[in-house]
Amino acid sequence: MTIMKKLLASAVASALMVGGAQAEISNNTVKIGYLADMSGTYRDLSGPNGLKALEMAIADFGGTVKGAKIEIVTADDRNSPDVASSTVRRWLENDNVDMVAGLVASSVTIAATKVIEENDKLGLVNGSAASSITNEYCTPNHIHYTYDTYALSIGTPTAIVKEGGKTWYILTADYAFGHAMEADVTRVVEANGGEIVGSIRHPFPTPDFSSFILQAQASGADVIALANAGADTTNAITTAAEFGVTQSGQTIAGLVVFLSDVHALGTEAAQGLQLTTGWYWDMNDETREWSDRFMKETGARPTMVHAGIYSSTLQYLDAVEKTGSDDAQTVRKQMMDTPINDMFTKNGRIREDGRMVHDMYLAQVKTPEESSGEWDLYKILRTIPAEEAFRPLADSKCKLISSK
Amino acid sequence: MSMIFGVPMAVLSGQLLIGIINGAFYALLSLGLAVIFGLLKIINFAHGAMYMLGAMGTVILFDNLGVNYWVALFLAPVLVGIVGVLVEYFLLRRIAGQDHIYSLLLTFGVALIMQGILTNIYGVSGLRYSMPDMFKGGVNLGFMFLPYYRAWVIVAALLVCFGTWFMIEKTKLGAYLRAGTEDSQLMQGFGINVPLLVSLTYGFGVMLAAFAGVLAAPIYSVTPVMGSHILIVVFAVVVIGGLGSIGGAIITGVLMGVVEGLTKTFYPPASSAVIFLVMVIVLMIRPHGLFGKEA
Repeated sequence: MTIMKKLLASAVASALMVGGAQAEISNNTVKIGYLADMSGTYRDLSGPNGLKALEMAIADFGGTVKGAKIEIVTADDRNSPDVASSTVRRWLENDNVDMVAGLVASSVTIAATKVIEENDKLGLVNGSAASSITNEYCTPNHIHYTYDTYALSIGTPTAIVKEGGKTWYILTADYAFGHAMEADVTRVVEANGGEIVGSIRHPFPTPDFSSFILQAQASGADVIALANAGADTTNAITTAAEFGVTQSGQTIAGLVVFLSDVHALGTEAAQGLQLTTGWYWDMNDETREWSDRFMKETGARPTMVHAGIYSSTLQYLDAVEKTGSDDAQTVRKQMMDTPINDMFTKNGRIREDGRMVHDMYLAQVKTPEESSGEWDLYKILRTIPAEEAFRPLADSKCKLISSK
Repeated sequence: MSMIFGVPMAVLSGQLLIGIINGAFYALLSLGLAVIFGLLKIINFAHGAMYMLGAMGTVILFDNLGVNYWVALFLAPVLVGIVGVLVEYFLLRRIAGQDHIYSLLLTFGVALIMQGILTNIYGVSGLRYSMPDMFKGGVNLGFMFLPYYRAWVIVAALLVCFGTWFMIEKTKLGAYLRAGTEDSQLMQGFGINVPLLVSLTYGFGVMLAAFAGVLAAPIYSVTPVMGSHILIVVFAVVVIGGLGSIGGAIITGVLMGVVEGLTKTFYPPASSAVIFLVMVIVLMIRPHGLFGKEA
């Protein structure tokens, strides 16, 4: 009986596969599921404005692809991997969703991409930081687009060590992401001849950083690095300013800092802070033009995540159009074969491990005198070339690489 | 330099002082909770949201109306107090006399609604509020750099705490309050307007939370979710101090700030759990709390 069932199932499956190979858009609809933090800590860097960026991409593409409708469904992942898996499963298995966009908290993304792989659909990861998403957790069914912890640790720490910040004290958020970030920073600092003189693992989240800042201050290290994100980072920076850390000659290094964080801090508290970013709205005419339209829609300037969502969605739709198919592997192959040249990046390319490699930027927060408005926040100090910014394939643990 | 358990004395003194500052916040917040629970038997899960309203209110009043810090220090708590009175009058009053769980759920719902609405309007990254000019800078105490503002926080919080304790335990108004909640029918027979007294008490309790919120605005990031983080800790402080004990809430608040501060020095990863550990131990040895009376 079970053998019969299996035979029958495989017959149906192969019939379906043949159908898929005929390059068609299923149900004559391309359905995109937007999964993101819509109400929690990561809302402002992704959230409802990310959905707006997705809608802008669809509108700019013309609203349809090869005559097929483009539909969006959305959900709040509440930063919970459980919510993410069950939502994505429902979308893929019952609601005919073809592609999942957004994907913010790293834990959420790792859970969701597993389900996406089982169903052989496509995920475009834009919000997440963990570089393990295209390393240990790589799948043939997702692409990691905007940035990752590897790229962030290459940018800021290298620059600061070269400027003479030799001794480092790290404040680490005590969970998987913080530990990974700490390890990446330690590697880069030591490789450049610096030294880690101490670190504290603080609870996540920590509303009051005065105690930790005081300890970091007492250590006398040149640099106090923040291996945390969101409210923890802004709280730590505010407290450091209050306790006179920068006046006493120590440098603060924020490792995961978004435009929305710096905007919340203001230039008064954040001035001089160095950070690494995948994109900034005020880089050239193209980025400014898009950002102006985004601001008209949302009232805020886009973060790099918003820009990544817009760019990756356009790339996706373009691949669907060119291949005339919404089959995940067909589209992914097409996306890998197409260099990315748009307002997000020039000569970006998607590697076989799913990592989109592109130039990253070392930026510094402007002083209140330099800043001409509430969103005039960064000056770009250096462009980090794509080949330097991301983990080389030679060091990759991705199953797609080792199996070749 | 002398060392204690491998930590320099100077660092330790700094941490003790930081602990007292944080303890001052805990004291203010747990005091409000203790007043509301002690006198009204309401488990006020909206307390964190009221603290948040105080801080958000300070920023919003400044951004839109240019209201300065000193005015906000009085105005924001009064406005939040009015919100509290409305919540009591239209919602809490309807479930008076029911099991505690009803007030807990109702206030929790109110808190979530407030958080949700403000998140939709202001986002979660935090609003900017700059330090009042006279508090900029600080003084070097030798063992640490003490920002002027933090010193002000200790003074302001402890003054308000002491004033509240004095009013409830030592004045005639306090006596009415305590009697009115003990036997409201008898008090009404004496011509005291007990429902009004109850509304005002709830309003006053949340005013204390809002006052803590104003104090927090210049130093913590002001977001619609800031209250949800601190609420649980403050409840633990109230349980340790003894439910309903006004003086106990104040002393325990400061004490727990210090305990947390020391944990942050010796073993930082445990600092978010240490207060709950103390709570478990206290409940095992003295189930009614350090300063609570036997039920």
